[in-house]
Amino acid sequence: MRTRSILRAAFCAVIVSASAAIAQDTDTEKGIEKYRQMLKEDPWSNPGLLDADRGETLWRTAGGPRKASLETCDLGKGPGKVDGAFAEMPRYFADADRVMDVETRILWCMEKIQGLNAADLVKKPYPGGGRPVGDLGAIATYVASKSSGMKYSAKFALAKEKDAVALGETLFFRRSGPFDFSCSTCHAASGLRIRLQGLPFLADSKEAKEVVGEWPAYRVSNAHVMTMQHRVYDCYWQMRMPEARLGSEATVALISYLTKVASGGEIAAPGLKR
Amino acid sequence: MHIARLFATALFPLATVAFATPAAFAQQAPKIPDARVDAVVKAAFPTAPADWESRLTQDATMKECSAHHNAPPKALAETIQKREKAAIEYPADGKFMGDWKKGEALAQSGYGLRFSDYPARRANGGNCYACHQLTRKEVSFGTLGPSLLDYGKLRGFKEADVKLAYEKIYDSHSAFPCSNMPRFGKNKILTIEQITDAVALLMSPESPVNTGK
Repeated sequence: MRTRSILRAAFCAVIVSASAAIAQDTDTEKGIEKYRQMLKEDPWSNPGLLDADRGETLWRTAGGPRKASLETCDLGKGPGKVDGAFAEMPRYFADADRVMDVETRILWCMEKIQGLNAADLVKKPYPGGGRPVGDLGAIATYVASKSSGMKYSAKFALAKEKDAVALGETLFFRRSGPFDFSCSTCHAASGLRIRLQGLPFLADSKEAKEVVGEWPAYRVSNAHVMTMQHRVYDCYWQMRMPEARLGSEATVALISYLTKVASGGEIAAPGLKR
Repeated sequence: MHIARLFATALFPLATVAFATPAAFAQQAPKIPDARVDAVVKAAFPTAPADWESRLTQDATMKECSAHHNAPPKALAETIQKREKAAIEYPADGKFMGDWKKGEALAQSGYGLRFSDYPARRANGGNCYACHQLTRKEVSFGTLGPSLLDYGKLRGFKEADVKLAYEKIYDSHSAFPCSNMPRFGKNKILTIEQITDAVALLMSPESPVNTGK
């Protein structure tokens, strides 16, 4: 009981400092670090777990025009097998004849099994600040959480999987838009910051292993769970590019590349970010 | 027989290396043709308005810098530098120094050109502090670019450096080919007048960049 109220107080402190001026980012980071520490002592206190729970319910509940649950969805380890499936994604799926990350695969299942319209689902897939993650994101959070504690072990052995990684690497370095930015503008060196925000070196295996496995993550500054597809979309927004489509070949390729670089890194999803 | 053994011993370590370092597969994969990458990018942004098409494509400098991961060979670096320098437009009145106070304001502002920034509610910012240290007062600065503290002072406030500062901000590649810094003038992020304000922030003796205040 006492632990819980301390946690609540710490969490409020984190929210307050996150919404304060950018100059306090270091304090915010310290606050979050403290909160992360407490999470380790009580792993059930991450707000993102509520979304994982919601995702599990959505996974098991009949829905869509076909009134079917997603329990026959094959995430790569056989229909309905969720445990450890995320750790082996992105991967090639013969039925869709393409490489898919977890969100793209769930989207595919929602369309094929539940009869939902994928085109509608990707129109506005991400929540605004303070709003909970959407159904697809909640399901992805659930699926990822069932690989938490495992290591990334996607094989990227098939030709189409290798191609996705190579395409992702090309996109990682591809400059465009009015700012001439690419992912590598901010994420191709160690120890750099934007203002006071530290930037991970994502082309480097050591640093990628530390951060990639934390997504989907509860993002304190947005007060909701942000998925990896959303995170990539958010980077492109900052790069002054248009809205990146969930499940596009480009976003899947980038996620494949990041996962490949982070290969062997531990999955700690849902994570907790600034 | 002898040749066969030679082949076997030569091939064996190669095969071992190939299996032992799967991480190198991405680098070993054949280069993805530009036309395919362009098509993949176009498909990734299906809601891009017609006048945003140019954001999806690359000009020659972007292409060359991307292909070389921003480390172009010497001859290519010279080509890029020459091309970008030739594209610089200068202030009609020949004055490179504007108002450092306005420069400081635009150095703080990261507003502009995101899809959520339309219709434009104010002038675009330069967001200099995102990547550079500029003044002692502003402690929230990024480190993607070098510190610009005392920029003018360190250069003795020389006239030639005023012009060089203008050129670097207008088109960073004119000084540092494949620089990570946006081409603020060439890509019409800032106006010529705004660039002269940023120059004043760097080069004016009264600017906090140089006074230490």
